[in-house]
Amino acid sequence: MRKLTLSLVLFFAGIAQAATPQDILRDLETEARLADAGFAGFSITRGERFYQAERAGADGTKLSCATCHTANPRAVGKTRANKEIAPLAPAANRERSTDAAKVDKWFRRNCNDVLGRACTAEEKGDFIIYMLNIR
Amino acid sequence: MKHSLRIAILLISVGTTGGLLASGGEHEGDKRLPPVANDKWRAECGACHMAYHPGLLPERSWRKLMGGLGKHFGENASLDAATAAGITRFLTDNAADHSTNRRSDKVAASISSHAMPLRITETAYFLGKHDELDAGVFRRPKIGSAANCAACHHTAERGDFSERNVRIPR
Repeated sequence: MRKLTLSLVLFFAGIAQAATPQDILRDLETEARLADAGFAGFSITRGERFYQAERAGADGTKLSCATCHTANPRAVGKTRANKEIAPLAPAANRERSTDAAKVDKWFRRNCNDVLGRACTAEEKGDFIIYMLNIR
Repeated sequence: MKHSLRIAILLISVGTTGGLLASGGEHEGDKRLPPVANDKWRAECGACHMAYHPGLLPERSWRKLMGGLGKHFGENASLDAATAAGITRFLTDNAADHSTNRRSDKVAASISSHAMPLRITETAYFLGKHDELDAGVFRRPKIGSAANCAACHHTAERGDFSERNVRIPR
């Protein structure tokens, strides 16, 4: 019975996670306002700059989001282990930014790898709004 | 209502978790690794690389690997605790040292009892099987590295590493 209860919780948690990119942006906006009262909204330009900006990785090599996702977010990327990555831009891949847990997971991992720290809510929102505006 | 809800939940849980752990039984004499399936393993491990068959490393290796996902070969591959625990169980249940499969037996036998390799490519079994290949072969653009089994072993995803299904890209 406990197993069934757990399945029930997991099942409805799964439903609750289905979101639109706008839902996710709204949550990030709330978070960004809490962090900074002067927050003035997300920026497509800042998002693009963030996406392309190269930082020195842990081993000294240059890293950016584009290293794996390519300079064009509509394109198929490649992991270090040679596995294809589906495009980031919702225009090319409608599944993007529709699962809050997945968005959280990948920002947690990749911000850590590329920036050496967690991303701020503003950075995440800028990133998503840039992706949403790629046609 | 409560009863039908319970049945619905049961069906959902059977659909998502049951039936995934396909039999670990032997394959008549051949060395194909037994078919295994686990949705979380395929989705999470397979997001970045081929979902390596659990029968390619012993239990102690899988435990160490799953305990260090925050720094997984230089990348953050951390998972939530429940997902990590589920995948660990699947990997250890089907690990090389718990399998009766011939290939798994050879993998397990090639690792000394106090060694805990994290890379399949570091096992004596792997090295022995690939010793005729120049290191440059693995660096070819269509291969990338030795981690990319499926570049040459076209049936690797099915646990079939037989030589007749090997085509090395130029």
